[in-house]
Amino acid sequence: MTELAFKGPSAEQLRRRHLAEKRFRLFAISSVFLGLAFLGVLFIIVAISGADAVRQAKMLLTISLDVDEFEEGKNSNSAQISKADFEGFIKKSMRSSFPDAKTRRMKRELSKLVSSGAAYELREFILTNPNQIGEEITIWVTASDDVDMLLKGKLNRDLPADLRQLSDQQLLWLDQLMEQNKLEMQFNWTLFTKGDSREPEQAGIAGAMIGSFYSVMVCLLISFPLGVLAAIYLESFAPKNAWTSFIEVNINNLAAVPSIVFGLLGLAVFLNFFELPRSAPLVGGMVLALMTLPTIIIAGRAAIQSVPPSIKEAALAVGASPIQAVFHHVLPLAMPGMLTGTIIGTARALGETAPLLMIGMVAFVVDLPTTFTDPATALPVQVFLWSDMPETAFAERTSAAILVLLAFVGTLNLTAVILRNKFETRY
Amino acid sequence: MENNPIESLINSPITEGPIMEDVRHGEEGYVDMKAKMATKDLTVSYAKVQALKGVSLNIYPNEVTALIGPSGCGKSTFIRSLNRMNDTISVCNIEGQVFLDGENIYDPARDVVQLRTQVGMVFQKPNPFPKSIFENVAYGPKIHGLAADDEELHGIVLGSLERAGLLDEVKDRLNVPGTSLSGGQQQRLCIARAIAVRPDIILMDEPCSALDPIATKRIEELITELKAEYTIVIVTHSMQQARRLSDKIAYFHLGSIVEHGETAEVFENPVDERTADYVLGRIG
Amino acid sequence: MREATQGSKAAPQKRFWTERLIMAVLILCSSVAILTTIGIVASLIFESIRFFQIVPITDFLFGLHWSPQMAIREDQVGSSGAFGAIPLLVGTLLISAVALTVAGPVGLMSAVFLSEYASSSVRSKIKPTLEILAGIPTVVYGFFAAIVVAPWLRRGGEAIGLDVSSESALAAGLVMGIMTIPFVSSISDDAITAVPTSLKEGALAVGSTRSEAIKKVIIPAALPGIAGGLLLATSRVIGETMIVVMAAGLTAKLTLNPLDAVTTVTVQIVTLLTGDQEFDSPKTLSAFALGLMLFTVTLALNVTALKIVKAYREQYD
Repeated sequence: MTELAFKGPSAEQLRRRHLAEKRFRLFAISSVFLGLAFLGVLFIIVAISGADAVRQAKMLLTISLDVDEFEEGKNSNSAQISKADFEGFIKKSMRSSFPDAKTRRMKRELSKLVSSGAAYELREFILTNPNQIGEEITIWVTASDDVDMLLKGKLNRDLPADLRQLSDQQLLWLDQLMEQNKLEMQFNWTLFTKGDSREPEQAGIAGAMIGSFYSVMVCLLISFPLGVLAAIYLESFAPKNAWTSFIEVNINNLAAVPSIVFGLLGLAVFLNFFELPRSAPLVGGMVLALMTLPTIIIAGRAAIQSVPPSIKEAALAVGASPIQAVFHHVLPLAMPGMLTGTIIGTARALGETAPLLMIGMVAFVVDLPTTFTDPATALPVQVFLWSDMPETAFAERTSAAILVLLAFVGTLNLTAVILRNKFETRY
Repeated sequence: MENNPIESLINSPITEGPIMEDVRHGEEGYVDMKAKMATKDLTVSYAKVQALKGVSLNIYPNEVTALIGPSGCGKSTFIRSLNRMNDTISVCNIEGQVFLDGENIYDPARDVVQLRTQVGMVFQKPNPFPKSIFENVAYGPKIHGLAADDEELHGIVLGSLERAGLLDEVKDRLNVPGTSLSGGQQQRLCIARAIAVRPDIILMDEPCSALDPIATKRIEELITELKAEYTIVIVTHSMQQARRLSDKIAYFHLGSIVEHGETAEVFENPVDERTADYVLGRIG
Repeated sequence: MREATQGSKAAPQKRFWTERLIMAVLILCSSVAILTTIGIVASLIFESIRFFQIVPITDFLFGLHWSPQMAIREDQVGSSGAFGAIPLLVGTLLISAVALTVAGPVGLMSAVFLSEYASSSVRSKIKPTLEILAGIPTVVYGFFAAIVVAPWLRRGGEAIGLDVSSESALAAGLVMGIMTIPFVSSISDDAITAVPTSLKEGALAVGSTRSEAIKKVIIPAALPGIAGGLLLATSRVIGETMIVVMAAGLTAKLTLNPLDAVTTVTVQIVTLLTGDQEFDSPKTLSAFALGLMLFTVTLALNVTALKIVKAYREQYD
């Protein structure tokens, strides 16, 4: 039996195997690292790019509000004020600051330094201060996106003149404005208070945020009660038969159906069959609700399962009906778990884009939506729309919109985690 | 994780002299040069709980050493320290020394893989891999490169199955999954898997606790046969089994060995009262 | 006592009917899921049938040319282009293949690290961090793929003399793969953790290194669970829309080169149905035929995957 004597692996073989072990472990660690690194790079790039959108170049203009320009002079009402030629005021002010702009071309270049939205800003100002008519006022107006890019260092002034958006003359004027402290960066309120616009310096995410809010509200109002009641039925009352198991399989599969298919459903059924309005947060919310429903039902059932049957039995033993036992005793205990699932589902609905494209929530909407049926976009859709715009100034606004979107989604998910940790009870 | 016990070991001073109070032969507390394996001041703790408190024991070649004692006394922890299976538990901290042929297995230079080929193990619940019977036994020789070619591998597998007393039952169906065998057969398959890598020592952690009496009898016979070639350490709950099988016995209580020696002697004439209560069936 | 008895005579009657009502509401709520499925299937099939009345189903399934936008000839079938879905299928599969080549190994190895190598404290920190990836809206990935990754790849390709399209399948696939990592990792993690510890110990006890135990015993034992997870991941990747809409191309090209621009089923659905549309044109109806195809394929994958995963869980329960 000598062949049985201990004969382990050779030293060389062991060395090779330990090397293989190290390689394998390195592979595993780098896999995790790859995911984390991507996450880091994504956040850093979006944050750096988005941070620029928070500031916007503004120009200080001195404007004399000639009484003659207003229908009833100082006594003009709002409607009459609105008819005034605000663009003319701004052009006049610019020309008086730079009398050297003589040719038509130079005049056009001069007026291009100011955003076309400046006229609206002037109108707003006069509407709130009608007593200023006839006076000479100074007002900060939004500069054009090219000026903004120049001040942010994203427009290279060393390029040959025909390759850059601003001419030599324009640069000269801008330098003069800078010297006179009439051109500076200010907080970009427009971004957070205005709707969409073709001009980047006038574009804001407020419309998209309101659209998202309405859609998610509709989604929650539909999916939460439906989801909770369906979970209660399936977990506590449904007979164990083929029909119930068909519903179960159905729900599991629905949870994995691509979101765009829900969009097709919304288009065919809600828009074309029921003829609900296109581009409306109401329809968007309904589609998102159908998408979120399986998540809420699955989470809800898990939450009910985690409540020990002894609690229901105790209620039954004192004479409660099965429905009373469930609604009075099981449901309150399962609620934190159901809420957690609902919040996670809501976060997903908030970030969903594809189905909204199908029901027309990609419209170009300047006005802020005020009802559930007004045309609207949503925050992720705004990201999609802006990412396609050629202007550099839209790139940073896209990143800013992403940051806001991530902040909302992150807050929701964090809430879910905190809720879960706080109410996690082991019976 | 695997480094922690080693580091603490390098830093811990080696204590000299006898540790245990209940000595029978006057040989405890030091390492007997004749022993195949020996532990010295072995202390194992999981997080803050101490499972073994300075255990020293000599294990002699070609003998069956049985470890007995009530649940939670540290027998399983002890046997798992002998092939460093405790390394897999991250919160486990080990101090003291375990010698195999005079060399400390917790030495930082010691290769765990090599150690485990020399010290095999059979577990409480049969755990055949979800592979064929053949692949189960061939697994060890394959990864260690013990067979030069398929023919030799075949020889090793069949030889191991034969030594484990399983060959006659399975020789016509070596390709069926190991998990399709009965519990007793599975356990013998696990023994064949352990001996296929030609260890010197086989550790058995309650190998019969999941088996019926007939399968148990079969394994017990096998252990007695294997004793001629291997050193066997067995943890058991059954007093009768310990008495039937073992040459030496160690009685564990709350993480310490309170009594050990020749099996017959411990059973007939226990010195420690706790041992007496246990072996005579008054507690346990 | 008498009062109580009297009171309880009328009460059960009322309670009975209230409870019947509540139960009816509950049943109604749980059938909404069924209604949704019926709605999906019905609308997809209805519109697809209308489409196939104009364009023969064989042209759609086996045609090698997809260009719904342009009318080649006035009297042509459908009179507004070619509707061969094969280039879209190939494009979808190409991008999915790139995505799974990233997500499969990386997700599996992340799961191996988290379940077999990481200490519990490291695991409790890294696992949720990795799962942030799964919570990021896909439109953000799309933006990243189109604005960051695609230009990088293009420049990197130029540096080594490769012509990488600015809307390459590679860029979309890579980013989609990274998006899918936490999904694969979490399912593989579940599958690996479900393997009994005794198997791992058995492997270690005969002298395996950890990686040998993982490769030869643990992963083979967990394979059904992992495979089911990969099928689910495939279905997600095929149905993913925003990343490809933003980073992949619009024109259908029949190619297997990941450096080329390809288009996918989902991209075409979005392109066909956004913007101005007349609802009866074969162009818009074809989107529903594509949707039906997408739904059928993902459903088949999901049903198979869920069956495999379920059978696997029962094996070790």
